[in-house]
Amino acid sequence: MSERVFEGAATVRQLPQRGMITVRGDMTDLAKAVKVPAQGTVAGNVAWMSPDELLVMCPHEEVGAQIDALRAKLIGTHHLVEDVSDARAIFEISDGETLAKLCPVDVARMEPGRFRRTRLAQIACAFWKKEDGSFELVCFSSVADYAWGVLSNAAATPVAHFSG
Amino acid sequence: MSTRLAQGGRFIDRSSKLNFSFNGRKLAGYSGDTLASALLANDQMLMGRSFKYHRPRSVVTSDASEPNALFNLGREGSFEPNARGTMTELFGGLSAESQNHFPSLEFDVGAINAKLSRFLPAGFYYKMFIHPRPFWKHIYEPFIRKSAGLGRAPKARDESTYEHFYAFCDLLVVGGGVAGLQAALTAGRAGKDVLLLEQTENWGGRAPVDDIEIDGKPAGDWVDAAVAELASMPNVKTRLRTMGAGVYDHGYVLGYERLTDHSSGAGPRHRLWRIRAGHIVTATGAIERPLSFAGNDVPGVVLASAVRDYVVNWGVSLGDRTVVVTNNDDAYRTAIALKRAGVEVPLILDARAAGGGVLAEEAKALGIRVENGKGIAEVKGGKRVSGVAICAQAGEGATLEEIACDVVAMSGGWSPVVHLWSHCGGKLTWDADAVMFKPDPEKGPIGADGTSFVSTAGAASGVLSTADVLADATGKAGGGDVPSASDPEMAAIEPVWMMPQGASYELRSKAWLDFQNDVKVSDVQLAAQEGFESVEHAKRYTTLGMATDQGKLSNINGLSVLSNALGSDIPQVGTTTFRPPYTPISMGAIAGEARGEIFQPLRKTPMHGWHEENGAHWEPVGHWRRPYTFLLEGETVEEAVSREVKNTRQALGFLDASTLGKIIVKGPDAGKFLDMMYTNMMSNLKPGRCRYGLMCTENGFLTDDGVVARIDDDTWLCHTTSGGADHIHQHMEEWLQTEWWDWKVFTANVTEQYAQIAVVGPNARKVLEKLGGMDVSAEALPFMGWADGALAGIKVRAYRISFSGELSYEIAVPAAQGRALWDALHEAGEEFGAMPYGTEALHIMRAEKGFIMIGDETDGTVIPQDLGLHWAISRKKEDFLGKRAQARSFMDNPDRWQLVGLETLDGSVIPDGAYAVADGVNANGQRNVQGRVTSTYHSPTLNRGIAMGLVHNGPDRMGEVVTFPKVGGGEVKAKIVSPVFYDPEGEKQNV
Repeated sequence: MSERVFEGAATVRQLPQRGMITVRGDMTDLAKAVKVPAQGTVAGNVAWMSPDELLVMCPHEEVGAQIDALRAKLIGTHHLVEDVSDARAIFEISDGETLAKLCPVDVARMEPGRFRRTRLAQIACAFWKKEDGSFELVCFSSVADYAWGVLSNAAATPVAHFSG
Repeated sequence: MSTRLAQGGRFIDRSSKLNFSFNGRKLAGYSGDTLASALLANDQMLMGRSFKYHRPRSVVTSDASEPNALFNLGREGSFEPNARGTMTELFGGLSAESQNHFPSLEFDVGAINAKLSRFLPAGFYYKMFIHPRPFWKHIYEPFIRKSAGLGRAPKARDESTYEHFYAFCDLLVVGGGVAGLQAALTAGRAGKDVLLLEQTENWGGRAPVDDIEIDGKPAGDWVDAAVAELASMPNVKTRLRTMGAGVYDHGYVLGYERLTDHSSGAGPRHRLWRIRAGHIVTATGAIERPLSFAGNDVPGVVLASAVRDYVVNWGVSLGDRTVVVTNNDDAYRTAIALKRAGVEVPLILDARAAGGGVLAEEAKALGIRVENGKGIAEVKGGKRVSGVAICAQAGEGATLEEIACDVVAMSGGWSPVVHLWSHCGGKLTWDADAVMFKPDPEKGPIGADGTSFVSTAGAASGVLSTADVLADATGKAGGGDVPSASDPEMAAIEPVWMMPQGASYELRSKAWLDFQNDVKVSDVQLAAQEGFESVEHAKRYTTLGMATDQGKLSNINGLSVLSNALGSDIPQVGTTTFRPPYTPISMGAIAGEARGEIFQPLRKTPMHGWHEENGAHWEPVGHWRRPYTFLLEGETVEEAVSREVKNTRQALGFLDASTLGKIIVKGPDAGKFLDMMYTNMMSNLKPGRCRYGLMCTENGFLTDDGVVARIDDDTWLCHTTSGGADHIHQHMEEWLQTEWWDWKVFTANVTEQYAQIAVVGPNARKVLEKLGGMDVSAEALPFMGWADGALAGIKVRAYRISFSGELSYEIAVPAAQGRALWDALHEAGEEFGAMPYGTEALHIMRAEKGFIMIGDETDGTVIPQDLGLHWAISRKKEDFLGKRAQARSFMDNPDRWQLVGLETLDGSVIPDGAYAVADGVNANGQRNVQGRVTSTYHSPTLNRGIAMGLVHNGPDRMGEVVTFPKVGGGEVKAKIVSPVFYDPEGEKQNV
């Protein structure tokens, strides 16, 4: 996955590969293995995906060890732990207006730590707001070029709505 | 003549001159002008031709409701037809052309239609073009097409860009007049998140033009203060040049922002706002109605409000002598404004016998002659008003006097702009005193909570005095302080639907209702006579209100004429339906960013780049692009495919199979679940083994297939077709979440986590052994087995499965390593004759083996039994999806067409989709058929045409010959054979 940067009204950066693990199970079971974030949020390296699914992130080289550790902690529970690192592309977007051009989400009122699964123009995505006000977005790796295309296109010009 | 006045014009900046062109002529205007005001300032009153009769046309309005002043703007990639001159802001270099004229605007041959108007009555399409029948296709339709539409369709590719923007607010206010500003102020002060949209480039609406005072100061000053206060509120956002285009369910509103239409600036041209609002206030004002008198379409006959707009806002006088004709007091404001600007007003005709109120007295005091109970019998002039004939409104049009003038300012009263209120079902009520349809606040568009999610404010509610407007807007926005306003006392309006009241046919047939589509009072009356009682039918029959302006000026007048003709009340006739958008929005804005490279997502495998560099001839598979074949220099596609098949069968082929769907199914109940999903048994598959499986819908039809591998005790990996990955995953989740929610099963779609490479051919094992790292021998990894290991130092999972009939491994590898393994295979495979192959070679090889392909052999009506796949349908299982359906009489039926192989007698290829004919014809006189081709190829291996097809009683008719007629003549004869053409014993794949 090529790293790349676009600088316009906002900055879009494709980030290097990150370890991502899909973890499914009953949340009370999963709490044995990870700190479960509140619904619709990301806390630390764990994001809430659905009532029975979390996304655990880690440095890419640690995926194998993380998976082994998670599975070990979840022994005896009904769960699924799968590596999806290679199925994902990840982007950093400096400004919410870029996302508001492409995602049907109230980005302006999003607090840091909010995690949203939605669509980016015509593809599925998830994004969350970081403490510094910027955003990280993940999508499927097969459509990384499309995501890059729409994000850099949208980042070119401001709307001046959030600040204006 | 129309001209720029020496003074005035609150919108224009006389220090900033802008050059533009009209029909190639160089003209100049000022910054702040609209195209319409600039043309009028240059005495260019004639602006276009009407649609049907090619009548000379000029502005009737100064705003979004304009039906006449339509232009072709720009050239080539920036070309835009049907642009309203009243809404087009002037910019330096603007290039405009008038529409619907030939050969020129001044001399137009189409105007002959006007002379023939008696032969072009309402509904003339329906009457004229029915007989004789063949004329429709060859004469009428081409003629109608040529004369249809006003502007030209753009030919060049649009060079502009567009975008969408999703916005959310507690309260959306549409319209930036005093009502909208007051609503936004009220809600903003209460702390709500407010978004305020105004379609023009100026705040304030009509109030500053109408000489109103608010809070003791001129309305314009109040507007400035309101805008400044709104700008100081962080919870209030405002947008000029943004029209509220449509209101939809759940508080959804489309806003249409014109970003660069008024400049040649960079960036997107239009932005489509997709707004979700907690509540919507439409402060959309009102539209003045024309009066229906003979010659009311002659250039120079303009709405009274527009005449004063041009004077006050742009410092433009439309003519030297203006006659005002009205049925209400508001039009007196025009006479007064003109008089104050030094323009002559020889006469005000007030159709009301009792005349007007305070404003009438003021006009008289200014020395203007006022005639009560009088109207216009007829306007004199062709391309320009030259005078009016005056008559008694109560009479039949006998001329009492003729007055020379070059402008007629008319006012038939005001209609609230109810469009946005009505888009989602808001109902209207007829106010007989105010002579208007206005929103019925009790019957608004209902939201999820059972209350109306739209409110109207100000004139849009049907209140016309500024004090009422401000009070209404304040209340609708939640309540608060109401500014005071000074309004003159107004005398009551009187309805005037025809002028004079008893106008003769001759006058009625010159009294326009719809200026753009040339619909006259006489046309609507004819429609009523011919039985078109419903307003919706009359509209379509006459084309009233069906032009680009959607009848903003003509609807109320038209339905009133219709109700009079029918002898019924106006509310009984009702209005036509109001549909979004309010005025046309660009197709580009709707498409947004989706064009060029980002028109559609393109899914790429990890090896996509290699394919691009190595001659891939692409094929779309879902959103994926897969190589159909890899072209070598000088090769045709057919030659390349043929080479790939032969090379794979004889040496070694690599296929990028990464697009194959891969779904992990895990849990204590996973086996039970898969036994339901697949027709065959999956629960008894041993870890380390693979099984080919079929999936059916609950209606029994075959929907997907693929190889299932059991990974461990409670984990299976299901391969799906490339196009099926997402929907099969959804299909599984749907059953798990809605039907078997208590089963302990989790699924994960890991399609993109793995690149998958098929290593196929007699040398397949050799190349893998050369890469080294795991035992791929027949003993360690037998047919239909799988093993984890490493190849060339890369972690892999190798499946011994074959879709080609050859010795074959499918190697799954983490996607990020896919390209590395692909490269390593090519390097190591060179000595074994390795070549990549594409999807067509894949298809041919599977057809040679008689393997079915979802989408070829299946089409949503085919069950596994049709395909001879009984062996893959478990009889031991109590149930699986589709089992009960397959037991229905028409499914379990020997008359269903069944799969066979087809071998052409002459070796040629049967055309795709061909049908095998049977004797006789059916009830429709069509040839009977007994089968059809599902897959057909030239087999490079056998060097002949092979095909699979579904044939009636096919498996029982081996050796029989059936006939396939070809499109365009000729036929192919084919022998019914086994569908397995190649290696029927399966020796090659099992080595």
